[in-house]
Amino acid sequence: MSGLPFWPHQASAYSGELDRLAIAFTVLVVLLSAPVFFLMVVFAVKYRRGRAANRRHPVNQRVGLEISWAVIPFAAIVVFYVWATRLYFEQHHPPSNALEIQVVAKQWMWKFQHPGGQREINELHVPIGRPILLTLASQDVIHDLYVPALRLKQDVVPGRYTSLWFNADTVGSYRLECSQFCGADHAVMGGYVHLMSPSDYARWLEQAGIDMSLASQGAALFRTRGCSGCHGAAAAVKAPKLEGLFGHEVPLSDGTVVTADEQYIRDSILMPHAQIAAGYPDIMPTFQNVLGEDDVLKLVAYIKSLAAEPPSGPRSQP
Amino acid sequence: MTDVPANKHANPHDIRDRGLSETPEQRASYLRAGHTLRSWFLTTDHKRIALLYLVAVTFFFFVGGIAAALIRIDLLTPQGDLLSNEGYNRAFTLHGVIMVWFFLIPSIPNTFGNFLIPLMIGAKDLAFPRLNLLGWYIYVIGGMFTLFVLVAGGVDTGWTFYTPLSSMFAHGQVVMAATAVFIVGFSSILTGLNFIVTIHKLRCPGMTWGRLPLFVWSHYATSLILVLATPVLSITLALIAAERLFGLGVFDPRLGGDPLLYQHLFWFYSHPAVYIMVLPALGVVSELIAAAARKPVFGYWFVAGSSMAIAAVGFLVWGHHMFVAGESMYAGAVFSFLSLVVAVPSAVKVYNWTATLYKGQIAIDPPFLFAASFIGLFVFGGLTGLVLAMLAIDMHVHDTYFVIAHFHYIMVGGTVSAYFGALHFWWPKMFGRTYPMVWGRIMALLIYLGFNLTFFPQFILGYLGMPRRYHVYPPEWQVWNVLSSTGASILGIAYVLPFVYLIWSLRYGPPSPPNPWGVTGLEWTVPSPPPKENFAETPVVDYPAYNYPLELEEGARG
Amino acid sequence: MVDQPYSTAPQQREAATMGMFVFLGTEIMLFGGLFAVALGLRLAHPREFIDASLQLHVWIGAVNTAVLLTSSALVALAVHAARAHQHRATSILFNSAAVLGVVFLGLKAFEYATEYREGLLLPPVGVQRLFMDLYLVSTGLHALHVTVGAGLLAAVAAFAPRRPLLVEDTGLFWHLVDAIWVFLYPVLYLAR
Repeated sequence: MSGLPFWPHQASAYSGELDRLAIAFTVLVVLLSAPVFFLMVVFAVKYRRGRAANRRHPVNQRVGLEISWAVIPFAAIVVFYVWATRLYFEQHHPPSNALEIQVVAKQWMWKFQHPGGQREINELHVPIGRPILLTLASQDVIHDLYVPALRLKQDVVPGRYTSLWFNADTVGSYRLECSQFCGADHAVMGGYVHLMSPSDYARWLEQAGIDMSLASQGAALFRTRGCSGCHGAAAAVKAPKLEGLFGHEVPLSDGTVVTADEQYIRDSILMPHAQIAAGYPDIMPTFQNVLGEDDVLKLVAYIKSLAAEPPSGPRSQP
Repeated sequence: MTDVPANKHANPHDIRDRGLSETPEQRASYLRAGHTLRSWFLTTDHKRIALLYLVAVTFFFFVGGIAAALIRIDLLTPQGDLLSNEGYNRAFTLHGVIMVWFFLIPSIPNTFGNFLIPLMIGAKDLAFPRLNLLGWYIYVIGGMFTLFVLVAGGVDTGWTFYTPLSSMFAHGQVVMAATAVFIVGFSSILTGLNFIVTIHKLRCPGMTWGRLPLFVWSHYATSLILVLATPVLSITLALIAAERLFGLGVFDPRLGGDPLLYQHLFWFYSHPAVYIMVLPALGVVSELIAAAARKPVFGYWFVAGSSMAIAAVGFLVWGHHMFVAGESMYAGAVFSFLSLVVAVPSAVKVYNWTATLYKGQIAIDPPFLFAASFIGLFVFGGLTGLVLAMLAIDMHVHDTYFVIAHFHYIMVGGTVSAYFGALHFWWPKMFGRTYPMVWGRIMALLIYLGFNLTFFPQFILGYLGMPRRYHVYPPEWQVWNVLSSTGASILGIAYVLPFVYLIWSLRYGPPSPPNPWGVTGLEWTVPSPPPKENFAETPVVDYPAYNYPLELEEGARG
Repeated sequence: MVDQPYSTAPQQREAATMGMFVFLGTEIMLFGGLFAVALGLRLAHPREFIDASLQLHVWIGAVNTAVLLTSSALVALAVHAARAHQHRATSILFNSAAVLGVVFLGLKAFEYATEYREGLLLPPVGVQRLFMDLYLVSTGLHALHVTVGAGLLAAVAAFAPRRPLLVEDTGLFWHLVDAIWVFLYPVLYLAR
């Protein structure tokens, strides 16, 4: 490392654009504030008490001036507001072809699960050149996944899934950190993101040593935890079918209709009494104290993988 | 400062008597109206209560400062060698809790606001003198709870007490700390209540709203926030305690509750709270600039109105603390826009102060230097707030040292500079003694330089990606941290200096006439220090605030 | 008759009244936080919120509402009497209002006991639990204010029925306690 670090690495095109925004806005900030510094010094010297100067007709009020120096800077700032808000909105709309990585944060480590079932702790290997979508879940308190080189962070909130996506373009290893205070070892809850070329990533996947894909691990849990006892084909109990559930609409017993996304599936497993599917009894037990967030993510992956029976459309009651 | 005449009551036969014997004014002052402990601890005189607060906030400033010293020493090395992980967490939590609630919020309002508002409006005291004293006792009790937390192991949640960490996972004295803050909140509420009623009802004849000093306007706006926002903090802390003690959970996700609900409630108070911390300072600076320039503040109504606008819009921007917390992107967009709006009135003030200096008669005395230091640091801090308000930029620098640098520029570079500026400006009025100006100038300069050295590197560290609340960091960032800690030691020296020369002045400083600076304001029409009842006769005002002669001959001496 | 730092009696009276109104404003903000939590809970889980609300004893709440409204009417009459220098009437009316406050607390205690017996107070996890937690905190905080208010009414009736400022300001506080209940009752009990 030569010299003093002054600026973080840019690992993606987005990082570059954000830096341009930050620098441009800093220039505006300097333009708006430099006159104050300059004039204060000039006036303090020129109009120093006892010094001869032209103090005729000092002004105490000039409404036009007041309004212009309020409105004009504000208008300039709004330009940057539009730019920054656009980037922010883009960050909330991940592209559909993203590689999905499941992330579980817990005191005080990061667990990453690739779709093929590869697991990592505190290190994340991903390819450059394609969108990566991280689904974030917390086992305990609020954490925050932060990768300075990507200029991105997102709080990981217990009780819900949050997400973060990026498309990196520079090979290398970059720090990742927890940036929401989470207790004793918050300051050491970090790791690295390893951005690799697609071929290197493929090689890494092969030797990462897994037995099953995420969805297959979920299928195994589905059996061992007894889910198939009610939701399986031969079940005696009336329970909603899960084939083709993901992404479709589910009528609830209170008359509302929700879409079965990851959050819905997670909540159905951990807080089944919160939302009851219409026409079904409220008898599903909770798995709150039985399954951790990473297990739930596997089950979600499994249920997502279950093929649809009828074509898309609102689910009909059994 | 005009030449101070030698004390004409000094013993003329003793050349060493440099004014140590008291003037008749000093013998009749509020300081001399009763010597017993009872006359101090059961006083209802707003001026004595202001001094009680002065001592108390100074004490807590140093306790919080010691925590800051521990933090900066620990950060000298990348490993975190001084404190354990848990110890460091307790240090920064305590630093935040003490500095926010026991120093920054009460510092200017409860010392200078208490002392000066009745004098500035021509009243004999605040509207509710006994409530004023009660407020001090409540503050002290809250402070004692906090000291108890300190010795009983501390609290480790950060001053923000985020759930579910605070409600369900943290091991420290969370309930005790929440109780301490809950208690001191009532002191805030009583102060705000007192100021509002005082300013409405106790203005002397002729003192219309348009003739009030801008210091009073700022405190009025601050008081509105104090009474409306603080109760929300109280109920939020009560809910955390209920969750921790009884399992009553609305923030617990395992019960179906929402951790984000806590953040909304907490920031609904805590964002206006930062305006509680800065509005009084803005009022002080208006006074210091007008006094230094011997000229009315440019655009009086714009500056007065900007205080009210900051108070009002300040209630609408709390969500900018939650851009990456999981709130909806549309909420983020709205809060971001409003956060830009709230910067406008602050900008108006700064530009107006600069315009005030134009064609003024500027004295480069300590009050001016502190005000200039304030303006220089506040402008920078405020504009970095705009940087943070930009949504995409915040996604990078939220919860990093960038944020820490931003708020310290405003709180320390701003409020603390203004606090010391007020101290140096009104010291002669409060104690009847003047101090050596050169030391005040040195302190102002040391503060400006030390402060920038401490906190400017933190902007760089933040953008580099150093999260806040970390005492372990990559070795390549050490240089910036060492620079920052060096600056902090300079600041520490600067803050200790006034203890020497100001306390020295109490005994050896030349006595002060009523108006040592030659400035406008009702407080400068009474003796220094003022008598207990402030005014022998109720003043009648028929002139504007900052009633300086406008047209002067070229080169005229002030 | 005028305390420091006031110069005239009307000035002092106006200041005291204004001070009380500002204080009431802070109480509204205090309960406002709880109302915000209730709103959030209702918007997030509307059906479960209504189900939980249906479990509450609407009639006990209704009687309590009537009790408080009556006591407020008595307090208004007492303030009127104080202005007309009818100090005995002021005392009697204030004491009666305080008694009604105690009746409110008694009914509330009975209600809590009934809920405890029915197993409603600490339901298992879920929105029902959150609702009951909110109910307990809100009504508990309100009951605390009723207790303090009733105490103040009785104290003023006993020691200071002739002091018009104290009578008026205490009356204002009691009206606020009543007003908060008037909002709390429908929000918690009548969610449909």
